[in-house]
Amino acid sequence: MIFDLLLVAALLWSAVRVLTTPDLFRAVVLFIVFGLLMALAWARLDAPDIALAEAAIGAGLTGALLLDAVAHLHKKRQEQSP
Amino acid sequence: MKTLLNVAVLFLAGAFGLALGWAILDLPVAAVNLPEQLTAQLDMSGVVHPVTAVLLNFRGYDTLLEIAVLLLALLGILALPRHVSDHQHRPFTANPVLQTLARVLVPLMLLVAGYILWAGAHRPGGAFQAGAVLAGAGVLLHLAGLLPAWVTPGRTLRAGLAVGLLVFIAVAVALMAQGTLLQYPPGWAGALILMIEASLTFSLGLILAGLYLILADSRAQA
Amino acid sequence: MNAALVYALTGTALFVLGVAGLILQPHLLRKILAFNIMGSGIFLVMVGLAQRAGTPDPVPQAMVLTGIVVAIAATALALALARQLLDMSGEMRLPEEKSGKDRLDV
Repeated sequence: MIFDLLLVAALLWSAVRVLTTPDLFRAVVLFIVFGLLMALAWARLDAPDIALAEAAIGAGLTGALLLDAVAHLHKKRQEQSP
Repeated sequence: MKTLLNVAVLFLAGAFGLALGWAILDLPVAAVNLPEQLTAQLDMSGVVHPVTAVLLNFRGYDTLLEIAVLLLALLGILALPRHVSDHQHRPFTANPVLQTLARVLVPLMLLVAGYILWAGAHRPGGAFQAGAVLAGAGVLLHLAGLLPAWVTPGRTLRAGLAVGLLVFIAVAVALMAQGTLLQYPPGWAGALILMIEASLTFSLGLILAGLYLILADSRAQA
Repeated sequence: MNAALVYALTGTALFVLGVAGLILQPHLLRKILAFNIMGSGIFLVMVGLAQRAGTPDPVPQAMVLTGIVVAIAATALALALARQLLDMSGEMRLPEEKSGKDRLDV
């Protein structure tokens, strides 16, 4: 139960940080952390199938897509203001 | 003015959250015991793992529509105008360590995907997780510079993207002859589910990798 | 108050956080992040609520598994559209929110 409460607190804290961090890149990295914490939560909820999918898709692939988008955005910014 | 609006939104969201939490605590226990019904029917489903039985047998239409939604999302991304430039075939200057690592890891990932697919019948695992591992292998190959980004998928690739949906629809239509959609005859259920799952894994891997590889392509023109 | 119920309540909190982020953040990439957090909250509510009796329930688990895969498809499509907007207008935010520049943007 203590572990559950700690995990829940970490989930909420990382979600708040994702939404409020000024730096976009940091927000995306925190989102990946959030996805991995979600995978832990699924494992705690006796749902190993979802834990596997969340770690691979929710954290891994979504993270890759978002990081790629941030890189694209930064490249665009640098072109606009050399 | 702006901050006032923010505070109002935050206040309303907080009130909404409290109402939702209260509703959850107040909710009566469901009258239908789904897990019990599922256990009673499990030996008819052709697989031993309950989640796979729900995904591919009892609620097979969910999965059918899901692969259709994925294919539609990919088509939507492909339909957006993209500027195809000349230098997308430029040689990547990828890290040699990363390349070696990718060459070692990708065959292992294929093996793991095959195992997860096979394990789905009797323990956690199945088409989605295996497809995600395949897609991860694709992304890794791209990052190591061993796999170019997709510009326009060729005919073979398009067939590969659609094969999961097509096999699923073919099975569904063939079973319609019995009168109900996606109700497998008990003797065949295991084999049919494995066939659907194998084609789903293949297509899911390609589609999920495609979501990344097509978007990564538009980086080349920036 | 068992563990599954705690996760369900966390799910509502995440959902509300996502809604607030979706409304308040002008940047489209942040809206996509908020939308994903919202989705994760809904998934937690679905599974946590069904399992509050203490036994695992495979039906909502299978539905959430489907939901995760659909969520990444929606995210990828949203990112593609946001990039299209960036290429066309040089901004990754909706036209009607352009006036509200605040320091949270890159």
